[in-house]
Amino acid sequence: MADILRERERQVYRKGAQPFQLDCEKQSVAGSVSQRACVFCGSRVVLYPIADALHIVHGPIGCASYTWDIRGALSSGPELHRLSFSTDLRELDVIQGGEKKLYAALCELIDAHQPKAAFVYATCIVGIIGDDVEAVCKRVSREKGIPVLPVHSEGFKGTKKDGYRAACEALFQLVGTAPTDGISPISINILGDFNLAGEIWMIREYFRRIGVEVVACITGDGRVDDIRRGHGAALNVVQCSGSMTYLAKSLQDKWGTPFIRVSYFGIEDMAQSLYDIARFFKDPYLMQRTQDLVRQEIEAIMPTVVEYRRKLQGKKAAIYVGGAFKAFSLVRALRLLGMQTVMVGSQTGNREDYEQLRELCDEGTIIVDDSNPLELASFLQEKEVDVFIGGVKERPIAYKLGVGFCDHNHERKEALAGFAGMVNFAREVYGTVMSPVWKLTPRKRERALPKEQPE
Amino acid sequence: MSTTPHVVKKSRPPKYVATRNACKLCTPLGACLALRGIEGALPFLHGSQGCATYMRRYIISHFKEPMDIAASGFSEASTIFGGEQNLHRGLQNVTSQYHPSLIGIATTCLSETIGEDVAQLLHPYEAALEGADAPVLVPISTPSYCGTHIDGFHAAVRAVVEKLATAAESRGDHFNLFPGMVSAADIRYLKEVAADFSLELVLLPDYSDTLDGPALDQYHKIPEGGTPIAAIRSSASASATVEFGRTIAGKATAAALLHERFAVPSHRLGAPIGVRETDAFFEVLEQLSGRSTPAKHRQERGRLIDAYVDGHKYVSGKRAVVYGEEDLVVGLAALLAEIGVVPVLCASGGESGSLAKSIAEVTADLDEPIVVREGTDFMSMADEAKQLSVDFLIGNSKGYSVARQLGIPLIRVGFPIHDRIGGQRILHLGYRGAQQLFDRVVNTLIEFKQQSSPVGYSYM
Repeated sequence: MADILRERERQVYRKGAQPFQLDCEKQSVAGSVSQRACVFCGSRVVLYPIADALHIVHGPIGCASYTWDIRGALSSGPELHRLSFSTDLRELDVIQGGEKKLYAALCELIDAHQPKAAFVYATCIVGIIGDDVEAVCKRVSREKGIPVLPVHSEGFKGTKKDGYRAACEALFQLVGTAPTDGISPISINILGDFNLAGEIWMIREYFRRIGVEVVACITGDGRVDDIRRGHGAALNVVQCSGSMTYLAKSLQDKWGTPFIRVSYFGIEDMAQSLYDIARFFKDPYLMQRTQDLVRQEIEAIMPTVVEYRRKLQGKKAAIYVGGAFKAFSLVRALRLLGMQTVMVGSQTGNREDYEQLRELCDEGTIIVDDSNPLELASFLQEKEVDVFIGGVKERPIAYKLGVGFCDHNHERKEALAGFAGMVNFAREVYGTVMSPVWKLTPRKRERALPKEQPE
Repeated sequence: MSTTPHVVKKSRPPKYVATRNACKLCTPLGACLALRGIEGALPFLHGSQGCATYMRRYIISHFKEPMDIAASGFSEASTIFGGEQNLHRGLQNVTSQYHPSLIGIATTCLSETIGEDVAQLLHPYEAALEGADAPVLVPISTPSYCGTHIDGFHAAVRAVVEKLATAAESRGDHFNLFPGMVSAADIRYLKEVAADFSLELVLLPDYSDTLDGPALDQYHKIPEGGTPIAAIRSSASASATVEFGRTIAGKATAAALLHERFAVPSHRLGAPIGVRETDAFFEVLEQLSGRSTPAKHRQERGRLIDAYVDGHKYVSGKRAVVYGEEDLVVGLAALLAEIGVVPVLCASGGESGSLAKSIAEVTADLDEPIVVREGTDFMSMADEAKQLSVDFLIGNSKGYSVARQLGIPLIRVGFPIHDRIGGQRILHLGYRGAQQLFDRVVNTLIEFKQQSSPVGYSYM
């Protein structure tokens, strides 16, 4: 059984035993070795894929170093987002303030790279040393003629979710600043896909085939000019709701654009998302085209999926991801592969998310908020998990214990969204779960060979 | 032959105010890495939760091993009223969960800027904790706006020695070895060499097992291995200290501390990369042990020089960019210079002030000019390299973007290596490490030429 800190006991729930209660949306417990990052991280990951913007981190060097080229967010054009810029504040700047340095850095970088906009990330000490980032941004914006947007992402001012919100606030300032001529009435903005491994290109291709115009991708393969005319879209389509619902709501309030939540992971959720969008536009031809697309795509992949399901039937999975919304899709996608989710958790889920997970999961499943390595390791051992789905920080926990792993985070190089993504996902899960290397690892070896042979 | 005139240290100010693709990490990361090399120790950051998570992620991506770093997790309230409560609660929680024998508490830019005095904050807590099971608490000052990760690494080693080193009645036969930031394979090699000389060794830090451990059946809260705390206590009574790093000469290092407080004689050596720098190390080992170099190592040296001869024509006159932590750069430059490669640009994000001097010392064989840059970044390096007609880069994986831009090979060494497996198993040190580096340099150049050949060829 897990060794859980008393302060965290209410953040772990086992379905079945007790009435549902799960604390969440709390500051991480000091010393708990949370898998969460900080406010800055939330802002940085959301804005990162905007490829023709300058992203500059205002603070000492670490925050810029650790986020250089960190996401596999692809661009079909400029790649300014893959460069790491920092004001690299030093002791003297801490004493005298960093405004002058920020101003000079912004001016020289804008001159050198001619970005369409600039995002200035304020890190922990910026406010403390008294820098007025807002004023510097306004001045540079005026002088250089591009939007220069402060992102209030001081690491300690909340959790990653507050960082999402700061990013959304910066994006909100951009929308509505360019004309919307020529946009089709059947048009959407894609919110909350980050084009990891080119996923947004697959999704855009579906929309092209059914006849839905995409105005702005926010933020995968993102472009500043597209985002500026995003208020011209008829509908905002929100994946990764944890990060982007705030922006969708703000756009609804200001521009009256409705939004729906979608997910592109797994066959069921992908199809459902396309149908929901088609239904919104109340166009029978659009619905017909959508049905055709879904049928064609599913026909194309099902034989392969069925083959994988035959081999993966009965295997057990654990999930630990940033946002809980993705976990719903993963539980369903795993079920389609004949697999059972025995543990599921997230860094930033809210009460409704966890309630929904509880309904979705089988009896005995562990649901956990803001977990840590010791808990996760104990859950993997207790539940005899075959594959752990998570990110970089979860991977060594799985591998050390001889458990398979599937990267469903920033660094992945395999597209896991869309119908084709389901096959990639199945292939990746299969490739790790069925690898012969586990037969050599202590955990599996000991299970196969009893320690003492009876005489 | 002159010793310095060929080294050019351009003193014009950098073209950019901003740091563009940094060739350095922040100070506390180095401290966390060093702390992982102490038995039963846990790194703890006094700052935001994000710092710990980013550093864990960065270190995990190199070692592919669990790396737990705790944090006090500053909130807005703790930033205004001080982080004492968070620090205490955090220490209580990690103590109850991990049962560490030592907790190294490194500061961050945030806690330093608001003026937290960690040593002071620990007093009441330490007093309340006394008992057999209480962990040793070591405060380490690592403001991210001073120095780089390598400074944090050395600061942690010094802080731990300062806390633990205890005077003994008589001097022992053992010696201290502070190798600096080297790979897990390097550490294993150093332990083997000391054993071959029958020398008892206090090697700090030792993450050769904790960050390169075996597959397990049960999860270890703190991985096994690391320098035992008792051994660090005995560092005060060692017969000598050997510390690697030409550029940290004269700095407040662990070796300097042991010399000042406990009169432990100290040998300052360059990182033993290449034949000459390794010879200097083995000379000291011969002195300390009173033995001559064992046959095994003489054989390795012999084979290395034989290989240098076999491969010299493929590398002669080639031009390299060398970058990374300053003492790694010095070591690599020493190796390249002795095989006839010109390290035309020696670059680091660090700013010791003595990189140019150290490079000059180890490249006396060469007549060609060498540009030495401290406090530089990868984009500046790329700009400069374009003017220098370079054949290859050697350094950590973060130089990948430069190599790709220039269309030349990158030989991955040091830390971090994020785009390959096995970074922790690269051996850099000693005759054996030089052998492996030399083979890789030669084969990389041969492969590059072979791939560029329109018809290909089967013999080199």
